[in-house]
Amino acid sequence: MERNLHRQLANMKKSLFDQGYLDHEQFTQLEELQDEANPNFVEEVVTLYYRDSARLIQNIEQALEKNPLDFAKLDNYMHQFKGSSCSIGARKLKNECTQFIEYCKTGNGEGCKRTFQQLKKEYSSLKKKLEHYFQFARQVGPLEKACRPK
Amino acid sequence: METTGFSSPRPDAFPAGLRVLVVDDDPTWLKILEKMLKKCSYEVTTCNLAREALHLLRERKDGFDIVISDVNMPDMDGFKLLEHVGLEMDLPVIMMSVDGETSRVMKGVQHGACDYLLKPIRMKELRNIWQHVFRKRIHEVRDIESHEGLEEIQMMRNCMEQSDDGYLFCGADLITGKKRKDVDYKQDDRQCSDPSSVKKARVVWTFDLHQKFVKAVNQFGLDKVGPKKILDLMGVPWLTRENVASHLQKYRLYLSRLQKGNELKSSFGGMKPSDFSSKDTAGNVCLHNSSTAPQNNVANGSYVVCGNKIPIKNVDSKICGEDMKIASVQMAESKEELIGVITDPQKSSNSGTSLNHSFGQIGSDVRYEPKIPAQFSWTEVPPVQFKQEPKPHFQSQSWSAEVRPVQFKQELKPHFQSENSFSHLPLCRNHIQVDCTEPILSHHPIPSTNEKDKRADIRPNCSKSRSKGIGIVNPVESKAELFSVQSKSHLPVCQEYEPIPCSIWNTKNHSLEQILLNDIDSSQRSLILGTGSGFRLWDEELQGYSPQGDFHPQNAGFENIESFAYSNQELIADIPPLLYDSWNFDFGNPSEATEYPVMDQGLFIA
Repeated sequence: MERNLHRQLANMKKSLFDQGYLDHEQFTQLEELQDEANPNFVEEVVTLYYRDSARLIQNIEQALEKNPLDFAKLDNYMHQFKGSSCSIGARKLKNECTQFIEYCKTGNGEGCKRTFQQLKKEYSSLKKKLEHYFQFARQVGPLEKACRPK
Repeated sequence: METTGFSSPRPDAFPAGLRVLVVDDDPTWLKILEKMLKKCSYEVTTCNLAREALHLLRERKDGFDIVISDVNMPDMDGFKLLEHVGLEMDLPVIMMSVDGETSRVMKGVQHGACDYLLKPIRMKELRNIWQHVFRKRIHEVRDIESHEGLEEIQMMRNCMEQSDDGYLFCGADLITGKKRKDVDYKQDDRQCSDPSSVKKARVVWTFDLHQKFVKAVNQFGLDKVGPKKILDLMGVPWLTRENVASHLQKYRLYLSRLQKGNELKSSFGGMKPSDFSSKDTAGNVCLHNSSTAPQNNVANGSYVVCGNKIPIKNVDSKICGEDMKIASVQMAESKEELIGVITDPQKSSNSGTSLNHSFGQIGSDVRYEPKIPAQFSWTEVPPVQFKQEPKPHFQSQSWSAEVRPVQFKQELKPHFQSENSFSHLPLCRNHIQVDCTEPILSHHPIPSTNEKDKRADIRPNCSKSRSKGIGIVNPVESKAELFSVQSKSHLPVCQEYEPIPCSIWNTKNHSLEQILLNDIDSSQRSLILGTGSGFRLWDEELQGYSPQGDFHPQNAGFENIESFAYSNQELIADIPPLLYDSWNFDFGNPSEATEYPVMDQGLFIA
């Protein structure tokens, strides 16, 4: 049974990779950091990310409402956000960030706004998927410990 | 901490136990890096503010082996931090960023980063960071060996061996291509006669000490002098040749960095044109590029002067706006870096590019490629004709000679020592009065040696200048002052910053450094150094320039400042020791650190 659950979890993860939501290498690296001292390391990191990035998103949102747009500032915010997002391996999100930064460089306000909308969608979508994943992982985890013969 | 430099808490084989300080404002990355480094068996300390990091470093001298820092941080620019650490603590610093653009990386290297990692960072990259620590050690040892007596080497070896069991040992084994004398670590006796005697004890380059150093250097000329001579001249008994050598190296790097300015992109050696030979006597602002020898970027250093953001609040210095302009112009020319500084087009209210530099006299031909729209709208600045010879001598004496005329009268005594971080900046707290009569020193940093385009007519605009003072210098000073005033707490410890140059400019106001530092902070990299901002800060009268840094040369003021500082150094041989107490500029004032208000209207001279 647990094997089944494990497999399910693994599939979930795989689909996240395959669909391009998560970067395989980065995410796996995070998982490798998980150990006895930090058994829920990845989840903690992701939670921390979402908390901190919410603030960045808000900053960007506010900055986009200004008129005229301060591209330097937007560029700066977006760099921060991009840096943060690549920490958990958020691949699609990172691409959106890059696109946004490009628009900033060329001073394309419309492009920025459009990309940002896209980015927000990606952001929440990934968040949901990850929440779902971790919830599941938590169920599977203890099960594994309990059942696996030592 | 053990006295030996290699002190490592863990007796395990190196590099385990490496003491790493991680600085990043992103909490997610901080957490990840901490975990990764722990996995490498390193001892990790994390910090999310640059200021806090510097504080920690200062408090625990020899408490860390290496620093890893992000480039974009809210309270202080990563590059600035990098400079500070390099100068004060002489620790290897690794930069990180999600932005891997060549220009950024180059900037990092210019500022002295021993490596530049791109995010997302992999474990394997972190595993190897110990090599930077090791390399530094090796070089130090090598220096010592080559210059000190055998006994010292012995001592060192002993110490090293003792302190890190295998630390050097491994290093020795692993040395690949490192030119090290053959210190046979393995074979030494185990007694370390005096662990702290040999190099590991870090020399704190106090302002006074640095002043002596600078004086000695100026006697010969930065390019010509060697550590032995400097040491002899300095007459400091406890100082070793090796200490001087490494300090000299840093100083040169600093100056060259300043010269090169920020942009290397255009041409690595872009700055070459700065050959300013300040022929002119008078205040020719030596546009020399400090790059006389190695670095040709003239411009870079010179502009440092007025950092845009230098919040020279208390600066009384009246910096001649003109100078600033000129500097900026030069900057533009020379190297992108400087460009930013000089002409801060946006702000400079001055009309046209008149770089009224007192340079006029300088004879140096500043050739700078007019990259910057010479618009220094320094209102007051009369066009100064800059003629620089393409001799990037920044460090050359031209400064000193030229600078002379500029007198900064600093009302304020730059008290670096104590003040906050700025310690190194002997910012004149308050008034940096620079006599504009002389060619603005500031010019010189900019030696963008391109005569052709921008010829900044630098005319010693002293008329207005009185208050103006040396634009360049002042800003720095003012900055320094600002900082100094504000920050009180800083540890003066900062070892002498190599780039004392700032102080030089300011003669008294070490503000240059400050400015530099400040500049760096300012988001606009507008060449704080020279560009308008610097000027702006100085002199309200100068209003005209708002060099906000329009241009910020990509390298941001910081670089310029540095070069400036350096160049200044030469100029201001007798700069009050304030300068360097610690390069730390912005430590004292959080407010300052974060944002240096660029004064649009001239400097705020208290």
